[in-house]
Amino acid sequence: MVHRLLPRLLSPRRLLPPLVIVAALLVTWQVAVTVLDVRPQVLPSPLRVVEQGWAFRDALWANTVPTLQVTAVGFAVSLAVGWVLAIVVDFSPWLRRALVPLLVASQTLPIVAIAPLLIIWFGFGLLPKVVVIALVTFFPIAVGLIEGFAATDREASNLLRSMGGDRWQEFRYVRLPGAMPSFFTALRIGITYAVTGAIFAEYVGARSGLGIFMNQQKNSFRTDLVLAAVVVTAVISVALFGLTFLVQRLLVPWYRRDARA
Amino acid sequence: MPEQKIVVEGLSVSFGELRVLDDLSFDVAPGEFVSVIGPSGCGKSTLFNVLAGLREPDRGAVLVDGAPAGRETFGYMPQKDLLFPWRTVLDNTTLGLEVAGMRRRDAREKARALFAPFGLAGFERSRPGELSGGMRQRAALLRTVVQDREVLLLDEPFGALDSLTRTAMQEWLEGVRARYGWTVLLITHDIREAVFLSDRVLVLSPRPAQVRREVAVDLARPRAVEVVTDPAFAAAEAELLAALRAS
Repeated sequence: MVHRLLPRLLSPRRLLPPLVIVAALLVTWQVAVTVLDVRPQVLPSPLRVVEQGWAFRDALWANTVPTLQVTAVGFAVSLAVGWVLAIVVDFSPWLRRALVPLLVASQTLPIVAIAPLLIIWFGFGLLPKVVVIALVTFFPIAVGLIEGFAATDREASNLLRSMGGDRWQEFRYVRLPGAMPSFFTALRIGITYAVTGAIFAEYVGARSGLGIFMNQQKNSFRTDLVLAAVVVTAVISVALFGLTFLVQRLLVPWYRRDARA
Repeated sequence: MPEQKIVVEGLSVSFGELRVLDDLSFDVAPGEFVSVIGPSGCGKSTLFNVLAGLREPDRGAVLVDGAPAGRETFGYMPQKDLLFPWRTVLDNTTLGLEVAGMRRRDAREKARALFAPFGLAGFERSRPGELSGGMRQRAALLRTVVQDREVLLLDEPFGALDSLTRTAMQEWLEGVRARYGWTVLLITHDIREAVFLSDRVLVLSPRPAQVRREVAVDLARPRAVEVVTDPAFAAAEAELLAALRAS
């Protein structure tokens, strides 16, 4: 299955336009840095970023693994929280009225201020980072699901009820599958925030990880290595983003087919 | 055994101040095909929601074979086909059986047997998006029929179809109904459709709805399209049109 899906994701028609733009920007950057003779501590050339990134590949990799771990655990927690909240809210109008305003309020928390406090409370381990990632990403997931469930055609609900179905059956047969398109949109938003959330949480304080790596390299004026870590972050984000399409095609193959019809 | 299959007795429904049904009464004999027509917004859909058990009436009762009707009495086919894109056509038609707790394998076997008479043979594993409008409506009807309910409630089933497809569907429905002997209540806006398919047509008044007129259609069955040229057909059509105009 996967080998038939990948070519469509990686088709030249899709990949070429963004690659052309990126190449053009990189060339401009390289030329500008060379011509203007900018010091690498201020702005290294793209070639230097690649060269130094490669030279420090062991350090980069050693810091990429913890970041990936934190992202995975944090996003898993976020998914669990988002799903539980959305289902609870879908079944109980009272809890919907109680919780939805609180969900919105949770998004007004300034993470910049909260993150250092989390480290004071929970230390340098996994927990504060997981909390930051969950805080940043559960909201789009919960809202995507809540709205997806609620967008169910009223007549479809009536049909299920006329068949003798109870609320749980209505959820299982209509609301849940019907919410999948909106869930995958939310998943894509969430996963991109998750990586930056992890980097940010590490930046504030960690033993290892791309975030703390960037912080340290910045302090020793290794702008080139900061940017190399940024490149790694971007690659991870794009890869995870692409992965959501793959999962979508495996889990809800009907969605695309229907959209085309 | 009572003579009537369904007795609707003094149904009244209000939405707040708005009285939608007012002391509405009629009955349907076993195997009879009865259509309900009326001006837009007269409360036909509310009537069907009450019959389907989706809404409690404020007053009145619906009796089936003399006993109060439950949600399991009527097989409800809404206006939209509501075939779900995440299910194959076959699995869409088994939905009601699955909801009722039948094992998926048995449900599929039962529904599959109806695919040929419903003109859907070979499309069991297709997705609803691959079906034509007429086929989608037949699949929706199959989903209703396979539940073995005592009475079919069809809410403007052909309303969204083009006129040629609609005529073909009406003729097809006339044929399968004769074969299976269903008792049917149909909502429609289409006088010609009502006359072609029905034994009796009920004309509702504007809100609050009551049965204003009852027109018996005295034409031999099974009927073919040519029946529209029969003088009795024209007479029934004219009578219904006059009754609707008066309202």
